Amino acid sequence: MDLADLKTRALVDPERGLVSREIFVDPTLYAAELERIFATQWLFVGHVSQVRRPGDFVVSRMGEESVLLVRDVDGELHVFLNSCRHRGMQVCRYDQGNASEFACPYHGWTYDTKGRLGAVPALREGYFSELELAEWGLVEARVAELKGSIWACWDAATPGLEDWLGDARIWIEEFFTVPDVGVGELELIAGVQKWTLPCNWKFGAENFSGDNYHNVSHASVDQLALSPSGKAGRHQYDAIPQKPVLQNIAYAATGHSGRGALYPPGFDFLSAYAAVPELHAYYRRAYAAREQQLGERARMVPHGGTIFPNMSFSNGRTSIALWHPAGPETCEVWRFYFVPEYAPAAVKDHLRRYVIRYQGPSGLTEEDDMENWNLAHRASRGTIARRHPYHMAMGLGHELAAGSEPWIARGGTVMEGVSEQNQRGYYRRWAQLMGVL
Amino acid sequence: MSGPDNAALARLLRAREAEEFLYREAGLLDRREFTAWLDLLADDVRYFMPLRRNVPSLAPAEEWTREGQDVAWFDEGKDVLAMRVTQLHTGVHWAEEPPSRTCHLVSNVLLMDDSGPEWEVHSHFIFYRSRMERETDLLAGRREDALRPTPQGLRLARRRVLIDHNVLPIKNLTNFF
Repeated sequence: MDLADLKTRALVDPERGLVSREIFVDPTLYAAELERIFATQWLFVGHVSQVRRPGDFVVSRMGEESVLLVRDVDGELHVFLNSCRHRGMQVCRYDQGNASEFACPYHGWTYDTKGRLGAVPALREGYFSELELAEWGLVEARVAELKGSIWACWDAATPGLEDWLGDARIWIEEFFTVPDVGVGELELIAGVQKWTLPCNWKFGAENFSGDNYHNVSHASVDQLALSPSGKAGRHQYDAIPQKPVLQNIAYAATGHSGRGALYPPGFDFLSAYAAVPELHAYYRRAYAAREQQLGERARMVPHGGTIFPNMSFSNGRTSIALWHPAGPETCEVWRFYFVPEYAPAAVKDHLRRYVIRYQGPSGLTEEDDMENWNLAHRASRGTIARRHPYHMAMGLGHELAAGSEPWIARGGTVMEGVSEQNQRGYYRRWAQLMGVL
Repeated sequence: MSGPDNAALARLLRAREAEEFLYREAGLLDRREFTAWLDLLADDVRYFMPLRRNVPSLAPAEEWTREGQDVAWFDEGKDVLAMRVTQLHTGVHWAEEPPSRTCHLVSNVLLMDDSGPEWEVHSHFIFYRSRMERETDLLAGRREDALRPTPQGLRLARRRVLIDHNVLPIKNLTNFF
């Protein structure tokens, strides 16, 4: 496919809720995504608990490219392209650590924690002292921090992180706020799960943006008592006797989205953790504090969502997934798990075991999601299949400018129950950035 | 036979018993006799597969995530393993429906220590998986097991599965190792 022809192809039709299968398999479109989306948008790269001390670093990833998230000697955060300016070799091949400099193992160009090129072998006899060291520091991205989450962006023209998040910012703020709304921070549990998924990166991102409709995928795990409620069901909130109304919120301007559940006044939040006394006590206190601070808004319990393009968050079993592109046919997923920093050790341990058995490639729930995306991707390749778009029209035309409570939408549109509104918003934004809408 | 020879013979028999246990176990998994496999696990079994990080060779302490503290691929006891088996038997666990064909090749079996109430047994494995028409997956690694002699035979009391992968090359871990 020629990029010049993009506008002539009906790749995304948000008015009819149709999305072409081409966008999951076409190599030209994929290359354009790296340019027009991953090189321009803010991308989640890590969490402050990974880089607490000066010199701490972790490798992260933006699009297909390796980057280094570093806290410099003065405590400032940086995100660098992990590639020597001389001849490209990775300047760091460790997943994490603490360093005062990054020395390229190819020819020895050495950079400090601010990315400045310091030592260059043969500077005098080879370069005749004519190399301008100041011009050859590591390539650096913009970096921004929001409630402990760290984001980076290559494009100077993109608005700052908070403006770029727009009204979806409250979802990220709430996600990174501990359950009692404000005491302490989230703490990353050491170890980031990384695995390879044989599908296009958008399948996972789209699913987490708003798919409350795929419960049939999880019929097997719903029969187990996976949740810390001790009752059958996989979610911790499955045991809450009052039934909520699902809320889907889409932000048209940005492609971000959130999902939550609105419970009736006076709902019994506490039963969600009833099987584990320590958890029960912790969340009893946390919910009281939450109610005190948020008032009526505490009834809205976030479930997660997707920040465009590739960062998905899950509340409850607190984790983040990054859907890294790795070719049109392959996605590299990174999953980060969090616990409340100041929760008692027993609470942290129960939560840790719950998130691991729920999500990731060994999690009883997510195992089945990946089968769907894998086989959906495979079915996007065929000559005949590619003539037939995917259907994302559920609830089309029934979007509400405001939910049942005025504070629910806050800048987005709302759909209650099951809906594909959020996916339509996601692909509308994709199409805008790709220049095909 | 003299005393030392008897001891050597006894150790050889225990090593052979441990090896046979591992082969039988692999056979149960590959024939999908998961309930019978669960019966080989001690009630207090710990089943752990850590994440593996790229770290400097001179600072190896950070290479593996820690049992009971960090994120892992598996860090669980018999309750969650039994849940996994129940899930496999629902008929609607789509990642294993239709089921994988698996081949656990176990080798390099060494009885490291049989002086205590549990035997420490190390082995290497190659795990091959075939799914649907043409999906093929391969994982390699080693295992550090504690086998406990009981009147009913050996039982697996602890297993650490150490895989040789940083980014897991397969989409899910719906199988046992």
